[in-house]
Amino acid sequence: MMATMTANAEAAVTSPPKMTARDVKVFYGDKQALNGVSIDVHTDLVTAFIGPSGCGKSTFLRCLNRMNDTIDAARIEGRIELEGHDIYAPDMDVVQLRARVGMVFQKPNPFPKSIYENVAYGPRIHGLASTKAELDTIVEQSLVRASLWSEVKDRLQDSGTALSGGQQQRLCIARAIAVDPEVILMDEPCSALDPIATAKIEELIDDLRGRYAIVIVTHNMQQAARVSQRTAFFHLGTLVEYGDTAEIFTNPREQRTKDYITGRFG
Amino acid sequence: MNSPRVQTDWASPVMQARVRRRYAKERRFRFMGFAALALAGVFLLFLLGTIFANGYTGFLRTEVKLAVEYDPFVLGIDSSALAGAGSENALNTANFQGVMTAATSARAEGLGIAAKDLVSDGAWLALRDAVRGDPALIGQRVDVWVPTSGDFDLLGKGLIERDAPEANRPVSDAEIAAFDRLKSEGAVRTTLNTTFLTMADSTSPELAGIWGAAKGSLLTLAVTLLLCFPIGVMTAIYLEEYAPKNRFTDMIEVSINNLAAVPSIIFGLLGLAVFLNFFGMPRSAPIVGGLTLALMTLPVIVIAGRIAIKSVPPSIRDAALGVGASQIQVVFHHVLPLALPGILTGTIIGMARALGETAPLLMIGMRAFVTDVPGGLATPATVLPVQIFLWSDEVARGFVEKTSAAIMVLLVFLMLMNGLAIYLRNKFEKRW
Repeated sequence: MMATMTANAEAAVTSPPKMTARDVKVFYGDKQALNGVSIDVHTDLVTAFIGPSGCGKSTFLRCLNRMNDTIDAARIEGRIELEGHDIYAPDMDVVQLRARVGMVFQKPNPFPKSIYENVAYGPRIHGLASTKAELDTIVEQSLVRASLWSEVKDRLQDSGTALSGGQQQRLCIARAIAVDPEVILMDEPCSALDPIATAKIEELIDDLRGRYAIVIVTHNMQQAARVSQRTAFFHLGTLVEYGDTAEIFTNPREQRTKDYITGRFG
Repeated sequence: MNSPRVQTDWASPVMQARVRRRYAKERRFRFMGFAALALAGVFLLFLLGTIFANGYTGFLRTEVKLAVEYDPFVLGIDSSALAGAGSENALNTANFQGVMTAATSARAEGLGIAAKDLVSDGAWLALRDAVRGDPALIGQRVDVWVPTSGDFDLLGKGLIERDAPEANRPVSDAEIAAFDRLKSEGAVRTTLNTTFLTMADSTSPELAGIWGAAKGSLLTLAVTLLLCFPIGVMTAIYLEEYAPKNRFTDMIEVSINNLAAVPSIIFGLLGLAVFLNFFGMPRSAPIVGGLTLALMTLPVIVIAGRIAIKSVPPSIRDAALGVGASQIQVVFHHVLPLALPGILTGTIIGMARALGETAPLLMIGMRAFVTDVPGGLATPATVLPVQIFLWSDEVARGFVEKTSAAIMVLLVFLMLMNGLAIYLRNKFEKRW
């Protein structure tokens, strides 16, 4: 059943998937948090993960750039590929992987440094700029792409933590963009923001689509409907349904999906 | 049971009494808190007041004016010997004691007391220093201020009960009379005791100085800090950021916590057994003291470091890992700078404890009677708290004020260190 679903979803796109996950299982000690998830992520589509709290969507997201490595008790089975290369293979360098698969977190977490330093940090540690001028260009470009440049261009040396919540989150997006990743993972990026800041981030996600493969975890189903082209519904560690967003929201195949999006549970 | 609830009457006498009781309780608690603080303040003032009242005279000394003849014949040198190279050698061989004795005897005879009761044993040093400054003095007869004997020093500071029976006080009636006569002639004065601030221990209280112990403390603490800080911080980083959480690391954690609570004298015994007996390092040396105190301070720094590292928000680590920072970059670019204020505060608290530590240093021989200011890490030295302990044990009355004065010096050191801790914490603290 899974196979046919994936096939249906892929019919809409022509490019090969950027990332593929096959039968991914995650265990925290003895407890199984994910039971065999298979998903494709495409560059020209925004993929949204929805589901009630504790359903495993954030866990799965963190598998995609191996952020779960920092948790001692976590164990991962299955196969996740980035452009056909297994990211859990021994020859995969996790630092490079995280540079290629960037992440934006639930709570805005700028470094307690200047706005400039926040954005320049990634390019600097990866040696992406050889001169100060190049670095300046990268910082400006990233802030422009994160639609923050006009608001901060006169105070780049101010602390990143002095910005408003919405600005901080866009700064975090600029920081992720600055290392020029191929995939950007967003873990409930708007849950700590007010509606106006949320609208700005959603607009930004739409602008970034096509340049980066974007995966967004969200609790807000309207948000998933607004920003994504693909939606995956998780429940109790299982991927219940995965397909075109329009299809999931108007004509879900599974009863559980229908119950969730109509607000019966969750 | 099913009857409807009666409307609460908030203005009823019962309720009013309740409110009054609540207010009274608040007032009582606040008063008790204030009383506790006031009591602590009174104790502190009493402590500092006593130390200051006893100790400030330790920074002063009484001097007597003597007519001294720098007789080249008695000295055995003349001004030409002090002109070129070898002048220091000539100064050291010159018989200043003889000149001093001649001057003192003349004066003491006139007063009807013994020469040793008038001036200090080390008074001739003042003559030598005067000639070093001005070699032309040789052959002249000049008035010189020299430190008095210990007893006259106490008389000058009013620390001797003149009303006590003669047998019960260190000075005789004749000496008191002599002192009063000198005073009325204007031949006695009280000045800053530079000897106390620049010299090391001595058997005579008027010649004893604190600088030897202070320098010993500085050298010892330098060794301690250089060893403890890097090792302690690295250990804390490894345990927090790298070490797997298992039975073995749990055991290490428990051991570190236990080590921090081990009585300091045990570390002294360890230092004695390992550094002195096994490695054969020099006794009474600041390097051994520093090593021993480092053993004692290390767990404190590790614990403070771990707490500081733990308090760095995990979101900062996530953020750095998320842009592809390696583990070591996360630690050195983000975690350590944010943990530094806490680590520094813990370090300085540990160092302040090491500064005040006596027991382990007694075990490794740092209670030796050292009359020279230590020149290096391997020369015999003592430290401030041990010096206080030694002086508090002395019989001579003059050491009472020295003990309190030494405590004041130790307190100043402690306050400087705490001030440094506050300064560093504010300097490195980042807010978000």
